[in-house]
Amino acid sequence: MGYDAGRFDVIVVGAGHAGVEAALASARMGAETLCLTLNLDTIAYMPCNPSVGGPAKGIVVRELDALGGEMARNIDKTHIQMRMLNTGKGPAVRALRAQADKFLYQNEMKKTMENTEHLTLRQGMVERLLMEDGVCKGVVTKTGAEYRASAVVLTTGTYLRGKIIIGELSYESGPNNMQPSVNLSYHLQELGFQMVRFKTGTPPRVNSKTIDYSVTEIQPGDEVPRAFSYETTKYITDQLPCWLTYTSPETHELINGNLHRSPMYSGMIEGTGPRYCPSIEDKVVRFNDKPRHQIFLEPEGRNTEEVYVQGLSTSLPEDVQRKILATIPGLEKAELMRAGYAIEYDAIVPTQLWPSLETKLVEGLFTAGQLNGTSGYEEAAGQGVMAGINAALKVKGKDPLILDRSEAYIGVLIDDLITKGTNEPYRLLTSRAEYRLLLRHDNADLRLTEKGYEIGLIPQERYDRFLAKKDKVRQEIERLEQVTVKPTPEVQDILAGAKSSPLKEPMTAATLLKRPEITYDVVAQIHPAEPAVDEVIAEQVEIQVKYAGYIDKQLAQVERMRKMENKKLPVNLDYMAINGLATEAKQKLLEVRPLSVGQASRVSGVNPADISILLVYLEQGKLAKTAD
Amino acid sequence: MEYDTITAISTPMGEGAIAIVRLSGSEAVSIADSIYKGKIKLQDAESHTIHYGKLIEPKTEEAVEEVMVSVMRGPRTFTREDVVEINCHGGIVSVNRVLQLVLNHGARLAEPGEFTKRAFLNGRIDLSQAEAVMDLIRAKTDRAMNVALNQMEGRLSKLVGKLRQTLLETIAHVEVNIDYPEYDAEEMTHALLNEKLGFVKGEVEKILITAQQGKILREGLSTAIIGRPNVGKSSLMNALVHENKAIVTEIAGTTRDVIEEYVNVRGVPLRLVDTAGIRETEDIVERIGVEKSRKVLKESDLILLVINSNEPLSAEDENLFEAVKGLDVIVIVNKTDLKPNIDMNRVKELAGSHPVITTSLLHEEGVDRLEEGIAQLFFQGGIEAQDITYVSNSRHIALLQQTIRHIDEALNGIEMSLPIDMVQIDITRAWEILGEIVGDTVSESLIDQLFSQFCLGK
Repeated sequence: MGYDAGRFDVIVVGAGHAGVEAALASARMGAETLCLTLNLDTIAYMPCNPSVGGPAKGIVVRELDALGGEMARNIDKTHIQMRMLNTGKGPAVRALRAQADKFLYQNEMKKTMENTEHLTLRQGMVERLLMEDGVCKGVVTKTGAEYRASAVVLTTGTYLRGKIIIGELSYESGPNNMQPSVNLSYHLQELGFQMVRFKTGTPPRVNSKTIDYSVTEIQPGDEVPRAFSYETTKYITDQLPCWLTYTSPETHELINGNLHRSPMYSGMIEGTGPRYCPSIEDKVVRFNDKPRHQIFLEPEGRNTEEVYVQGLSTSLPEDVQRKILATIPGLEKAELMRAGYAIEYDAIVPTQLWPSLETKLVEGLFTAGQLNGTSGYEEAAGQGVMAGINAALKVKGKDPLILDRSEAYIGVLIDDLITKGTNEPYRLLTSRAEYRLLLRHDNADLRLTEKGYEIGLIPQERYDRFLAKKDKVRQEIERLEQVTVKPTPEVQDILAGAKSSPLKEPMTAATLLKRPEITYDVVAQIHPAEPAVDEVIAEQVEIQVKYAGYIDKQLAQVERMRKMENKKLPVNLDYMAINGLATEAKQKLLEVRPLSVGQASRVSGVNPADISILLVYLEQGKLAKTAD
Repeated sequence: MEYDTITAISTPMGEGAIAIVRLSGSEAVSIADSIYKGKIKLQDAESHTIHYGKLIEPKTEEAVEEVMVSVMRGPRTFTREDVVEINCHGGIVSVNRVLQLVLNHGARLAEPGEFTKRAFLNGRIDLSQAEAVMDLIRAKTDRAMNVALNQMEGRLSKLVGKLRQTLLETIAHVEVNIDYPEYDAEEMTHALLNEKLGFVKGEVEKILITAQQGKILREGLSTAIIGRPNVGKSSLMNALVHENKAIVTEIAGTTRDVIEEYVNVRGVPLRLVDTAGIRETEDIVERIGVEKSRKVLKESDLILLVINSNEPLSAEDENLFEAVKGLDVIVIVNKTDLKPNIDMNRVKELAGSHPVITTSLLHEEGVDRLEEGIAQLFFQGGIEAQDITYVSNSRHIALLQQTIRHIDEALNGIEMSLPIDMVQIDITRAWEILGEIVGDTVSESLIDQLFSQFCLGK
């Protein structure tokens, strides 16, 4: 039956966006790492939209980069266009988004993995875990290979009991007709994990040669070259555009006339789909007063004719999908290359995880990505890197790395998942972060490089460059706080040129920079830095000075939060025995088992009075009385 | 010290000679100092001393209350923190005014049981008392919850709910622009934001104006009818009670008939009081002198001063006018059915800005005008009673004022043309604070709103 296939420190199951980050992080930290995937040809595969980044998500990509992750570098090497979004808004919500060449993205990621020391890539389907005394000691594949390890990271995406649905047709399948993983899901349930059934979907792909682009609007990339990684120096300048078109009244009519054939409405789909990613049939039904919906046409790569039809996610039958395409301006003659579909899959209820992403039920087992109920490549990658880091730290006998809500969107994401759980595939939104102004894309390196360096993912020379940058920013801010701008005719002229009111009395350059219409460049024109600072430093200085008031307000809030975060709760606290806690609070706290009073306060159903009672109880020193 | 400064009224609600507003926390003394004017600064005062002075509105220097303030520095206090106790006049109005002042200058309203909780957390209370503390927190919270539940059904929560929805839609609109920059939703502009915020601010201000009236509606307006013997005080009382069905009739006391009648005059509940026997017995001023009677009359929210049109003004009448100077008074010139012997010009001169109404209570004439006058006095120009939402709870008033503060900051941000996502920080805060009034602070509702208001997706 089984055979001994070898021993590793860490095994990562899956090589999607969570899996590759987990495996790379673990290997780069020096842990002997095995990455097992169903198919070596689909490493870092993008089964849905060929794009990376966007609001909140793009910031995660930068955070990953500061922690030594790969997504940023990989997309910088393989994108077909890049844009900075929200440039007309505040610095906190600016975000990069790239369209990926999905095939290059995969190839490049595979190459990186193959060339990473301590990392072994192997094809194989994991069917169960090797368990000893309730602790995970490795995995067993379908072919009987028994791999042993001190920590296992599961990143199974949408493969667990995956089921594709297209109209009246449904069959067991992973994404894009790849084989699903059935036995592992049952095995997890046997181990006692509580699972939920989620659903997501993807639109059809059409042949570029058959699109009439002349009736669509062009959506080019930015003229300024951009990059996600703080380390990227080589920019891609040859970009491909996307195109925008709209649904027509005929589209809506056609969909309404075929609703009875939609699995969403016929009751064939049982999984919960994400509200933020509705199918076109859902949009037409729920927003029937909206005369048209946007459709973005996104090339899937430089060496393919396939075009992703963003906005047309659907599980209607294939014949209806073809008719729908014909009603959209520009797509009248478009040839359907792959049909859109809905996919259902099993995910684990994420409140079963510690903040380290280790499961509460099985020691040594970590989970990340869509398996934890999220959606999106960036959300997966963010969890992946953390699970990989914490698996490697566990092997080394060190404390886990946990990012809090004020440090990173990754921290917000994980805290939300493990504290509140989720009723639908979870997507990051900027509004989920209460300290949005601190979690900017421009300062992800300032927030996280230190941590990346401490755990060994940021090499010394990069760290030195980072320290130098940080120092330059500090020095330049100090300079601006010291130099005085006087109301000389020359200064007034420059101010008039910047559409700013003249000075009445002298002020520091920093005070002047606080004026909304004044940029760093204007200040530098009056009092240039010597030597001049580069754009990145200038941007950082401008943001930190201009928004200091708002930033300080959020920092004060963070201070208050930290006090509560620092009040630790014992893992096995017997909430049932605490008099005065409301029954609902007892149950929820027992389920989540928060590690701090701060986390407890975010558990839904726990109100401020319960927190007061917890504080009193903590003080009471009855904590020795535990559940067992 | 770890905690922020909290405050609460620490004497029982209701009539009492003195009430105490207590502050605890590291800023207790400095907050008290910022609104106190006395011989010395409180920060220079020795611990455990009490000081006479005045509370002032710092902006206007206007005196608000005469007070005695005790300064007690930690750790030799109940909470082991710095504690200040402000002793002010009893009665709901003055003590609430003091509380408001303290809240407006940096203190936070204490949660139920929070003083006790702090005392415990700072090691002041014996460990064995911990259970009792927890029970206390729970009990007080439950009671507060009941109050909140009642409010939930009331007009206040409905109105607050509506304002929150307006804010939420606005926030969701800003959010959709941020999270879905390419989505074809209208871009939220500063002008649009300004308009929405202006609306919400106006509504919150309206609610706040009714705060004082809310107290009146809850407790009734204590109303004294005064006048020389035989001017028609009894008739007036009977007319008011007769026309307006008495709500409660309470006969207390046996030595003399002390009667309180509750009547509802056009939405203004009056509590017709007869504490000093003004109605039945002889002239109060004659009995106890102008100064003393003023003190008694000051307790009333409304004074109905009745004089006789049939007789010339007497010295007693003039004394009465003197006694009610500066109070809320309606002058009633009764017995107009008889021959007028009174000098109306002199009456108007004495009445000053107080309304003067002529009646013939015998013929039930002029009662309408009187009722109109009462209603006008308290609804400031005839706001329809059923259209107003009344708030009477200090916590709510404080929260509403904070809401306005954040809306003002947001408006200020717009004025400075700060990016819309920064302005939104204060709008979100305003929305959260309003949520505390109705006990709903679940942030998930924003995300729900986002996806129900806009059609988003790939």
